[in-house]
Amino acid sequence: MDLTSINPILLVASIMISATPILLAAIGEMVVEKAGVLNLGVEGMMITGAVVGFATAVSTGSPALGFAAAALASAVLSLSFGVLTQILMSNQVATGLGLTLVGLGLSALIGKPYEGMKSPTLPKLDIPVLGDIPLLGRMLFSHDAMVYLSLLLVLAVWATLKYTRAGLILRAVGESHDAAHALGYKVIRIRMTAIFFGGACAGLGGAYLSLVRVPQWTEGMTAGAGWIALAIVVFASWRAERVLIGAYLFGGVTVLQLNLQAAGAKVPVEILSMSPYLITILVLVVISARGAHGAPASLGRPFHASS
Amino acid sequence: MADTLLSLRGLTKAYPGVVANDDVSFDIRVGEIHALLGENGAGKSTLVKMIYGLVKPDRGAMTLAGAPYDPAEPKAARASGVSMVFQHFSLFEALSVAENVALGMENPPKTRDLAQQIRDVSEAYGLPLDPFRVVGTLSAGERQRVEIIRCLLQKPRLFIMDEPTSVLTPQEVEILFATLRKLTSEGTAILYISHKLEEIRALCDHATILRLGKKVATCTPAESTARELGELMVGTSFAAPVPRAHSVGAVLLDVNDLSLPAPGAFGTPLRGISFSVKAGEILGLGGVAGNGQDELLAALSGERLSAPGSVVLKDEDVSRSGPMARRDAGLLSAPEERLGHAAAPAMSLIENGVLTAARREDLVTGGFVNWGKARSFAETVISRFDVRTPSPGTAAGALSGGNLQKFVIGREILQRPDVLVVNQPTWGVDAAAAAAIRQALLDLAAQGAAIIVISQDLDELMEVSERFGALNEGRLSPIRPVGELDIEQIGLMLGGAHDMEVAHVA
Repeated sequence: MDLTSINPILLVASIMISATPILLAAIGEMVVEKAGVLNLGVEGMMITGAVVGFATAVSTGSPALGFAAAALASAVLSLSFGVLTQILMSNQVATGLGLTLVGLGLSALIGKPYEGMKSPTLPKLDIPVLGDIPLLGRMLFSHDAMVYLSLLLVLAVWATLKYTRAGLILRAVGESHDAAHALGYKVIRIRMTAIFFGGACAGLGGAYLSLVRVPQWTEGMTAGAGWIALAIVVFASWRAERVLIGAYLFGGVTVLQLNLQAAGAKVPVEILSMSPYLITILVLVVISARGAHGAPASLGRPFHASS
Repeated sequence: MADTLLSLRGLTKAYPGVVANDDVSFDIRVGEIHALLGENGAGKSTLVKMIYGLVKPDRGAMTLAGAPYDPAEPKAARASGVSMVFQHFSLFEALSVAENVALGMENPPKTRDLAQQIRDVSEAYGLPLDPFRVVGTLSAGERQRVEIIRCLLQKPRLFIMDEPTSVLTPQEVEILFATLRKLTSEGTAILYISHKLEEIRALCDHATILRLGKKVATCTPAESTARELGELMVGTSFAAPVPRAHSVGAVLLDVNDLSLPAPGAFGTPLRGISFSVKAGEILGLGGVAGNGQDELLAALSGERLSAPGSVVLKDEDVSRSGPMARRDAGLLSAPEERLGHAAAPAMSLIENGVLTAARREDLVTGGFVNWGKARSFAETVISRFDVRTPSPGTAAGALSGGNLQKFVIGREILQRPDVLVVNQPTWGVDAAAAAAIRQALLDLAAQGAAIIVISQDLDELMEVSERFGALNEGRLSPIRPVGELDIEQIGLMLGGAHDMEVAHVA
């Protein structure tokens, strides 16, 4: 094995790129679950975002428009989940699984003409001063805008939930929808907004895969990233900072094991391939085992405003 | 009528199949405590929901201090100075006291200022409370304070309280009454909903009584007896249970130093509980909610196993056997939570009968349910205990609380238990059904069964039990004959005496 073939600067840089799609999807899903809704359709929304973003970017030549279209498309798709579960009272688990299947099928249909094409990708930002720092500049400050946007989004979600009234109301709805309803808060409207936000985030995450990370369209290209995002939310005990740790850990181990494979490590490939899943779950289980679990008390429970 | 605060005229609200309120009219005056009385299903809840803006009346009008009052939502009601403390606390367990209070306000101040306001108000009204505690860690009485303070911070003109004392110890009730009297002396009107007639006689200036959605009377409760009020509520006079003369036999259930860790984050551990119950005897166990009642029932029924020798049934150690084995041996139980614990809501009464009676009533042969027998068992329960249901095939969840409770208790009694453990047998049940359930328990004891009644209703325990003990933080007080007790001693046994402080009425 030749460890010198692994370039630490490139390693850190690619970890950030590899973690971003999962981070985006996970932070969105965390907001949805904080509002008390379990949307298992993250995978379907991500891949819809991936294909719509790719198609839009290819036809318009603008990756920014691609991201915008991806966010919108996934958010609209998530609203179908919202209407079914919140207004028509369908089962959240079954509907979420259905959303994943719909997303996978729909994306394959839309994406057929775009297979093998190449899309315009986001330019790397050229951040003055910070980007010129030796080593750190290349590692941390020479990425595209979406990487920083995703980090800002985590910060914004954390601050909103912790410090603002809107965040307090969102948490209250997720804790006890009956009590929130009794106080006169619009439970269904708040949950629909959260679902919409979660859909948009998943769409951005999917588009990041097809526009930046890969960047091309292949059928089923999310390959379980949506499920990992769901798992990260749970093991992160519904806390934004832990979602960030979880996503970067998963992204980190994924990139590291690829590098190890390339460097010819004497470990079976199968074990290396499963290591990101194992290590992420292990670390987050250890973190969540120590503190309170903090699942929103109304998570996944149907709300019916009786009389 | 310058001193009329809220006036209701001809309020009517119908739901499919039932008229919840039919032409209800009465007035609430400034600075009075007005009681709203009625059985379950008499329409009290619907009425207050209309006043609080949660439900829109079909017909009728309200005026608040002379101006038309028609709140479209609770926000509008709060803005007009009407606030409400709910029967089932509308609190968020995972949030802090200050966050809970902020959620009930339109424009909450900064957290630090709000915390100071909470401290000020809680001291002024003698309801000590730490604004940064997480609500999930508070006792029932403290949770109620959170709700009251949330309302008081908005300086309400009308304060609605839905069954506020059902979870309080006698001492806590005194504190609450002192707070309410201080509020009325400042000009706030209070609409007070309760089942507890003695309480209403002691506290309220006027009472409006509802029956089947209609107003029966508005009277001055201090001038009527509790029995008169009760009869107005129920419509027919009901029989108070009579204990029958019977002899006490051998010890049937012996509990020795029963200790169990808390089942979950918000549960209560059991700490060294010992008692014994004899044939023909009813032991009453009181205590404020959340002091180990559910945990004790689970340990006795066999849902949770305990150390060998801690639960002895008829000289046989059953501590390590599960609920089925204990049922076979004659120890039956009926837990508090009717829907989801005592009965499966979506299943029919027949199926619910099979769930606990399958073995004792031979409803199953060779692994197959004998539906004919199961139906006739359910029908027997229904007829013997006057369960009002369209048919035995009706889903348990479709029955009213009182009727389902009669079914759940009757189902166990008809299996001829040697030992019966019931938790909150008449919780949320109207007076007539409660009397019937208590009578059935007394009859069962007279036939030689040992019965343990766990309840938060002290009047009930005084009525049915021969001996009384209280649970406090998972410990059991010494058990004493009921005849020797007065309400003061019981309050001390319930152990809520810490952190009590009577309001300093200015």
